[in-house]
Amino acid sequence: MFFSTQPVSTKPWPRYIVDAATWNKCADAFAAGTHSLFGLWADSHLDNPAAGAEIHMAIYENATHKLAVATLPAPDGVFPSVARKHAPAARLERTIMDMHGLRAEGAVDTRAWLDHGKWRQAQPLAVQPAPRGDVATAVADYAFLPVDGEGLHEVPVGPIHAGIIEPGHFRFSANGEAVVRLEEKLGYVHKGIEKLFIGADIARGAKLAGRISGDSTVAYAFAYARAVEQATGTVAPPRALYLRALMAELERIANHFGDVGAICNDAAFAFMLAHTGILREETLQLCHALFGHRLMMDVIVPGGVTADIDAAGADKVRAWMAAAEKRFDKLMRIYDDAASLKDRTNNTGHVSRKLVDRFGAGGYVGRASGRAFDARKNLPYAPYDTLNFDMPVLHTGDVNARLWIRRIEIAQSFAMIAQLLDAMPAGALCAPVAATTAGEGIGVVEAFRGDVLVWLRLGADGNIARCHPRDASWFQWPLLEASIENNIIADFPLCNKSFNCSYAGHDL
Amino acid sequence: MKDMMLKSLVTPAVTIPAPKPDDAALAELARAVNERSRQLLGHSLAIREVDAGSCNGCELEIHAINNAIYDVERFGIKFTASPKHADVLLVTGPVTENMKFALQRAYDVTPDPKWVVAVGDCACTGGVFAGSYACAGSVKDIVPVDLHIKGCPPTPLDLLRGLLALMETVSR
Ligand code: SF4
Repeated sequence: MFFSTQPVSTKPWPRYIVDAATWNKCADAFAAGTHSLFGLWADSHLDNPAAGAEIHMAIYENATHKLAVATLPAPDGVFPSVARKHAPAARLERTIMDMHGLRAEGAVDTRAWLDHGKWRQAQPLAVQPAPRGDVATAVADYAFLPVDGEGLHEVPVGPIHAGIIEPGHFRFSANGEAVVRLEEKLGYVHKGIEKLFIGADIARGAKLAGRISGDSTVAYAFAYARAVEQATGTVAPPRALYLRALMAELERIANHFGDVGAICNDAAFAFMLAHTGILREETLQLCHALFGHRLMMDVIVPGGVTADIDAAGADKVRAWMAAAEKRFDKLMRIYDDAASLKDRTNNTGHVSRKLVDRFGAGGYVGRASGRAFDARKNLPYAPYDTLNFDMPVLHTGDVNARLWIRRIEIAQSFAMIAQLLDAMPAGALCAPVAATTAGEGIGVVEAFRGDVLVWLRLGADGNIARCHPRDASWFQWPLLEASIENNIIADFPLCNKSFNCSYAGHDL
Repeated sequence: MKDMMLKSLVTPAVTIPAPKPDDAALAELARAVNERSRQLLGHSLAIREVDAGSCNGCELEIHAINNAIYDVERFGIKFTASPKHADVLLVTGPVTENMKFALQRAYDVTPDPKWVVAVGDCACTGGVFAGSYACAGSVKDIVPVDLHIKGCPPTPLDLLRGLLALMETVSR
């Protein structure tokens, strides 16, 4: 890419120490559209403050599908803002300030993001945090962006929403029914997970990783396990890899079932939710029968997996699959024929190709608007590199496209599960994690809503020195703001469901 | 669609039989529920769910009790959009500092008589997040709790048994 030096780590993607000039070149490449921002986080080296603070930036090269990490030392507590050239970095930079007190120089938006002034500790990941009082007064009065114009009114919603969903605040500026602007305020479910990771041993880290976003517990445990295995040089046995993928696809199908029903339900088509609700329930009951937990929490661990399936289990999966596939197909035909329903989903919540490219939006949000990215294909990891499957891409970028992508992905996941069952290697389930005193690794996994990245650094004591999980939602939430523009407020639930971003995975 | 609807008229329901209320929950709920609130509530409970910092796993299972298999509404239990219409707050998560005020406010505007159910290990004890600078404590540290339903997340059956115990106590 842009790097002339030798990488300091290569597990499995290279990481380079860069100077400010190269750093800025990366930001320019995002703005030019040749590369996508894949993550931006900091490490204050709480385990060894003498090492000084560093800012890490994950960079994805669109044409070659290569990933790299650029690291800029920030000994003076500042770094050149990426958002100044590339707006999608803004919330990440605001978070780095909230968490580490490291300032993005030249940034336009310097408001706090996750810190609402209420945490008992300010800048929790900094070596020398600023006093809580000082920071709290600065962030307590959050200024929403001003919207001026005749007849405009504001509708504040949240943090507690009407349904059984996660909390967040939405500020609508509307002209009559039409939304002129939506501004999100998130951070309500911030639990301090990154701080809890620091000093935790690898096993506790796995528990935390599995609870970053409950709907993606398998994906996070998977990505975390891969990061640990990279950092420690552990090789998970082949059977474990297949079982991991089986769980990941079951998780994807269960979530997609739920989403398809929930989207239709928000268009007042309760019939679909009633039926996909049963499909989802049967999937979770199958997961429980196979792996002992409905969401399959804590089954993927560093080194492998903790549960196996036997021949009877495999037959159970096949039987479930045959029945579910047929019923789901029928439901989707009903969806496709229901003109009144498609009237709600077609052309609603449109997101342009330009925007998904600019934000590097993954998952169904990106793929429904023409961005062909799926970590299983573009940053392949075992066992997906041996499976036969397609990556569906649509171009209309509306609620209907985001629903339809899920429909095709469910079919693809069924096909993958059939291959996994047929080719499941025999052998051990778990390899012991090699004891290491220091090391780092990256895990990238395609969760149901998009790519998750886990970056891990182990300290001299072999415990976690820094672990940064980055959810796909970071690059999807801002597009939800864009999608609702010029739609009516009443269509917001529909748009929101079609995105189904994670609050927990974002707020950490 | 018509054929599916017709078929569901003649095939037996997918809904499972009612589970027995949880004994431990009944014991926890033994605190005085006075006659007057029993009369007020009759045989129905309106629930407002509050995610006070959950990982969203608990929400998935709370959703599930509304599906056709568990069908919580047949017991007179339904979810409502506003705490002002609720008899019960169903609270998940280790109560983050950023959600503490919202939970407190939801509790304050819920009319008496009211009950609070803490759902999930996080809500019961803080779970894996206990002790974080960003978490205020378990639900009972913020508002009075009448019933704890453990699990990470509790299964829909655990949730049903707990809620049925509440229902039984309230409408006995
Ligand atoms: S109890 Fe478990 S599932 Fe529920 S919010 Fe806590 S971590 Fe998530």
